Amino acid sequence: MYDSSHLRKGLKIVIDDEPYIITDFQFSKPGKGQALYRCKLKNMITGYTMDRTFRSGDKFQPANLEEVHMQYLYNDGDGYHFMDLKSYEQVTLTEEQVGDAKNFLKDNMEVDILFFKGTPISISLPTFVDLEVIEAMPGVKGDTATGATKPVTLETGHKIQVPLFIEEGDVLKIDTRTGDYVERAKK
Amino acid sequence: MDQGFIEVNTPLLVSTLAPESNIEAFNLSTDKNKSLRYLITSPELNMKRLLASGLDKIFQLGPVFRKGERGALHLPEFYMVEWYRKNADYRDLMKDCEQLLIKTNKAAGNNPLSISYKNTQISLKPPYHLITVDEAFKKWAGWSPVEIYDPNRFDYDLVTKVEPNLPKDRPVFLIDYPAWQASLARLSPKNKKIAERVELYINGVELANGFSELVDRKEQEQRFASESKEMEKKNLKPYPKQDLFFKALDHLEECAGMALGVDRLIMVLTGKEKIDDVVTFVPEES
Repeated sequence: MYDSSHLRKGLKIVIDDEPYIITDFQFSKPGKGQALYRCKLKNMITGYTMDRTFRSGDKFQPANLEEVHMQYLYNDGDGYHFMDLKSYEQVTLTEEQVGDAKNFLKDNMEVDILFFKGTPISISLPTFVDLEVIEAMPGVKGDTATGATKPVTLETGHKIQVPLFIEEGDVLKIDTRTGDYVERAKK
Repeated sequence: MDQGFIEVNTPLLVSTLAPESNIEAFNLSTDKNKSLRYLITSPELNMKRLLASGLDKIFQLGPVFRKGERGALHLPEFYMVEWYRKNADYRDLMKDCEQLLIKTNKAAGNNPLSISYKNTQISLKPPYHLITVDEAFKKWAGWSPVEIYDPNRFDYDLVTKVEPNLPKDRPVFLIDYPAWQASLARLSPKNKKIAERVELYINGVELANGFSELVDRKEQEQRFASESKEMEKKNLKPYPKQDLFFKALDHLEECAGMALGVDRLIMVLTGKEKIDDVVTFVPEES
């Protein structure tokens, strides 16, 4: 169990059976009064934030999170299927649980999934992924205005803005943190 | 303090302190017999002994030590200026604060009557806001700690509801604390539910704490005894009996004393929001 002396930004604790991370922390103590610990907490499952003020003597349950290295297999009507590369056990996540990561998941991609008591909380993707452009309008030749972009559709179904010279069939390097086009992938 | 105050330096290492269940002192063994000595959390007891022995107006400017206090406004070792006046009460202390703020503000190179702190213009021209604890809690917390005894709720609401709502355009004196929060202050002769205690705030920052001092030995002994019990409840070892201090109380006339956090004063005068920015080295780097 943690006590108030452990409280700090980044600490993960359980409140009402859900994992929270402390995003802001303030020690407050009037000269003759008790110490109070004012925290901003973010629910690691729902993302909602809340404020709580704790006292010395309060105890906190550490949030035991497990990070599992998994491989993305495929998705179908049941959800997104991943395989634990150590145990070969399979796990299915809903589209909601996968979240924005679904825009970048490619077959056999290796990811790290953070679990809390068996519930997936977040997926860490590799920083860059190569994805094929499956739909693009041809660029208008002669249009060399810098910064001009057009939307294309990637193999995951995700649409992004790219420079005009990109065509269907091109494989692009995408930054998974921002969702932005980086450059054309080296063959 | 050019009003004839004598600067004194009482020991930092002492054999006993005034019991406080919410302040933990650093303790040290000074010899193989393991006798405990403490670093002062305030020079109060020894300064009162000096007053009892004949001095009239004294101040001490030096470090005090409080275990486990670390935050944007807290350091376990910080500077306090503590002053005492004979034949005075807490209203005289408030006047002292007004003068002190103006003079130090001028010395800091600012327009003496005004500071800008945390994006707020603060006028130092007296009179400052005067709010009783009863008024403040009724207004911002919906109850009166003068009528109801609830230490946990008091501390919580003070920090979360009262302090953030104190006016910011001028300094604030929060006065007349409940008798059960009296500490070493005497009770008001007009109302036994209230203690003549005052705290100075500037834009939500607690700067100073002062009392019309309790000089009744018996009452002080009783308060120390019950506060020591509170310390034991929190697993803090009570201090040795404060005999030298009690003896001095027999000879102490009416007086008033105040303690002000110098680091925080400097923060306010120079616009710093973290105490780290006004000290040479913080504990994490010393």
